[in-house]
Amino acid sequence: MGQRNYYEFKPHNVGRWVVWGAFGLILAVAPLLFTSSLAHTMLSQMGIAIIVCLSYNMLLGQGGMLSFGHAVYSGMGAFFAIHVLNLVGKGHWPIPVSLVPIAGGLASAAFAVLLGYVTTKKAATPFAMITLGIGELVWASSLMFPEFFGGEGGISSNRVVGAKPFGITFGPQIQLYYLIAVYTFACTALMFAFTRTPLGRMLNAVRDNPERVEFVGYDTQKVRYISFIIAAFFAGISGGLAALNFEIVTSEVVSAPRSGAYLLFTFLGGATFFFGPILGGVLMVLAFVLLSEYTKAWLLYLGLVFLFMVMYAPGGIASLIMMNLRVASFGRLKQLWVSYLALFVTAFLALLGAAAMIEMVYHLQLNAALGPKLQFLGVPLDAKGVDTWFGAVFFMLTAVALFELARRHFSRQWGEIHEHIEKEMKRREAL
Amino acid sequence: MEFFTISLLNGISYGLLLFMLSSGLTLIFSMMGVLNFAHASFYMLGAYFAYTTTQWFGYWPALVIAPLLVAGLGALFEKYALRRVHKYGHVAELLLTFGLSFIILEMVQLVWGTSSVDYRVPAALSGPLFTLYGTQFPMYRGFMMLVALLMLLAMWLLLTRTRIGLVIQAALTHPDTVEALGHNVPRVFMLVFGGGCALAALAGVIGGNAFVTEPGMAATVGSVIFVVVVVGGMGSLAGAFVASLAIGVIQTFAVGIDRSLLDAAQVVGLAITPETFGYALWKLKISQVAPILPYVFLVLILIFRPKGLLGTREG
Repeated sequence: MGQRNYYEFKPHNVGRWVVWGAFGLILAVAPLLFTSSLAHTMLSQMGIAIIVCLSYNMLLGQGGMLSFGHAVYSGMGAFFAIHVLNLVGKGHWPIPVSLVPIAGGLASAAFAVLLGYVTTKKAATPFAMITLGIGELVWASSLMFPEFFGGEGGISSNRVVGAKPFGITFGPQIQLYYLIAVYTFACTALMFAFTRTPLGRMLNAVRDNPERVEFVGYDTQKVRYISFIIAAFFAGISGGLAALNFEIVTSEVVSAPRSGAYLLFTFLGGATFFFGPILGGVLMVLAFVLLSEYTKAWLLYLGLVFLFMVMYAPGGIASLIMMNLRVASFGRLKQLWVSYLALFVTAFLALLGAAAMIEMVYHLQLNAALGPKLQFLGVPLDAKGVDTWFGAVFFMLTAVALFELARRHFSRQWGEIHEHIEKEMKRREAL
Repeated sequence: MEFFTISLLNGISYGLLLFMLSSGLTLIFSMMGVLNFAHASFYMLGAYFAYTTTQWFGYWPALVIAPLLVAGLGALFEKYALRRVHKYGHVAELLLTFGLSFIILEMVQLVWGTSSVDYRVPAALSGPLFTLYGTQFPMYRGFMMLVALLMLLAMWLLLTRTRIGLVIQAALTHPDTVEALGHNVPRVFMLVFGGGCALAALAGVIGGNAFVTEPGMAATVGSVIFVVVVVGGMGSLAGAFVASLAIGVIQTFAVGIDRSLLDAAQVVGLAITPETFGYALWKLKISQVAPILPYVFLVLILIFRPKGLLGTREG
């Protein structure tokens, strides 16, 4: 992948300006296209999720550190931010509301200075277990100190306080969205810039070959430690934005399930490319807000998607996109569209059959009082009817068989195309 | 004295249960390098399977059937999923088991519901075993200790005194040589993974009715057994034994002590009022601190002895 397959104009890298310009444009235009209040809250949450997933990926993707306790840093940032916001509200601290997330970020970074030293002593599997332990420690403590964490009810606040420059109060969601968008853009740019610093490069080296890094004379722990603090800073900013957005912070934000969600969606988005976690953050909000609305079995679907992703596409969605872009750059993508269509249609039908069965089982277990009838995508199903079950099973098996046929054809084609690409690349190198 | 003896006994029986759980995890980790994140989920599956089997056949068959079923599931998972991602490295394996823990949790809620099930201690074991200082020690706790010790003995004999144990130990360090000698190393791994899951399930069978069988039970013990494995030393069975006993005893004692630093300060003669700096810390009772003690223990071990109590290698 080391080959450079984009155009570069010196002294300005046009491709990069286009990508970042498009990103900024999307952030700016999105709330004008989706104008409902649900869309605005979701877009705000997506910005927050993008920052936290990118900061998580500084550990997972760039540093090879599989953390199970990232929610500690985003959550502590949220708690500090909401306390700062309350102090601002009481008139103690003259900080403008727009800078409160930075206070959260600094608090998280301070926490990372404290806890990160122990955490980053090890890499790989021990690192994962230590972060898990520290995450549990903080979560358990959150119920022990109700003065700071607010106990079961959490800490609530009001974001319409302090100075109001240009009449911006952050009261309406759209104003807050634009604050979040600015933060998202700035944090994304900064985190991307981090990957290009010597420290960011060293972090990649620590991930790939720690022995060699030691041998060259760098301290692997120090590299991990500093990166960990920087990642915590950005996580804290996202926590601070979340505190502004929801105006309440409960101890759930430092919990293990939250950390697990960051891991899951960063991975699903793709940890191997910088833009992967952005997709992951968007997916996270879609899943938590929309999918959970549609079906009770959403965690099961999520777990299954994750499992298949780990098994068949360990690079996440980002790597799938990049592979197809590579095929497209060699002009072979149009040969695949029939196969893709067949794959998608059969996979969709198989999923539909499986989902019908899962929904029926969930209905039997959880809504037994409502009787055996349920609506699934507008189709009435009878969860206790033999013919419904037979239909669903038959439907799914047929679709799976067709999918298998399509998959075999596709994998043959895919293999051929990649052979061609390899040859073509060798030929170009020889030129 | 009464408090001390009863707490010690309770602590040891809880510690032995933790050991049953962490021994499977340690075994899998030291043999295959896979940190099984779904281990506590297999514990939960063991308890639920035992609950259903008990309704059909009674408790004693369940003690055998449930672990065997879970072993089968674990072996299938190893064969069809874990083996596939082996080439991507340990992080992918860890993530796969992490995903599995989600799925098992959802499946359990799907089949048995979201509230706890009525899984009880069998009538034959429900009385008191003996009475100490007027407090009765339940027979079931004694049974838990007995099963854990028997399991420890059986595992030790299996690993050191039998042919299959020798093959397992050899496959650990020299998989290629063992393969060249005609042993099926992937199958050995499958057996080890299934066996580890069976140990977790056995702990579930005897722990599920002593505590409570509900979908949150995996999360309750899940992180504690990881602490046990780290504190004991990654991959050391003896270390896991010591660490689980220590954590079991410490936690049980802490739960029973209703004192705080405030009381200690009063004994010394320090006056501490709600205005004193850090009052929240001073008034914290030891029993309130009990849930975080294992993790404090973990952090301390990492600072002062990073390889764990009986570990031999730095992770």
